[in-house]
Amino acid sequence: MVTLENYLFLGAVLFCVGAYGVLARKNAVAILMSIELMLNAVNINLVAFWHYLTPTQASGMAFALIVFAVAAAEAAVGLALIISIYRRRQTVVAEDVNLMKF
Amino acid sequence: MTPEQIVFWLTAAVIVASAVQVVTTRNLVHAALWLIVTLFGMAIIFVLLSAGFLAVVQVVVYIGAISILIIFAIMLTRRVMQDTGPQTNNNWRLALLIAAVLGAGIWYALSNVSFAVTATPVPNSETVLITLGDALASPNFYMVPLVTVGILLAAGMIGSIAIARDEDKE
Repeated sequence: MVTLENYLFLGAVLFCVGAYGVLARKNAVAILMSIELMLNAVNINLVAFWHYLTPTQASGMAFALIVFAVAAAEAAVGLALIISIYRRRQTVVAEDVNLMKF
Repeated sequence: MTPEQIVFWLTAAVIVASAVQVVTTRNLVHAALWLIVTLFGMAIIFVLLSAGFLAVVQVVVYIGAISILIIFAIMLTRRVMQDTGPQTNNNWRLALLIAAVLGAGIWYALSNVSFAVTATPVPNSETVLITLGDALASPNFYMVPLVTVGILLAAGMIGSIAIARDEDKE
């Protein structure tokens, strides 16, 4: 029997791998990919809780659907920003976008 | 081991291995392809959790739209980052430490709590789908979030076009 804790551990490991990717990668598109990993980990948690605690309601699945849609919108806007930055500054390294740095 | 357990552990191993490859691989296109493998594994996990509709949505939206968009963005911004230079910034050891501490904290918190797993069986997929559809369309439940997400997606689309538009050619 796969327990709820197994799914939650998988979500936690995926979230931490995504967190490392966000903090350690230079390329902005790679940072966005790691953000998508973290959002997927959240989705695992939501659907696992739905399946094991309240399978007769639709709240867990509806929440996961909203997370899908928000992740799609955020990926689209983020990648548009990266393309715009590339056009103006000719770089996608996140450290080089430092005009407002103190 | 039941078949469900075998499938779960195999899929979990594939997901974690390809996620690690996403964040460590030097070539960005390879990282995007490993992300697609991770997302397919996630779709299998959704099927194991009796959320077949979410598995299809995952494949269509994440793999079919977002991953393709990421590959587009990689191809459009390709000239600058050489694939042979270092692809982690100077703080990667601190990032590893932070991720490890975060993981350890979550594991510790999860092992000290027990959830009241319900005994009611999961309804069959048709009932799940009908319940989800009714909840998303009914004003008492989730119609307002659904319409808000529609407005968010429209705003995101208009915003992306406005941001990424090439203004020199006007």
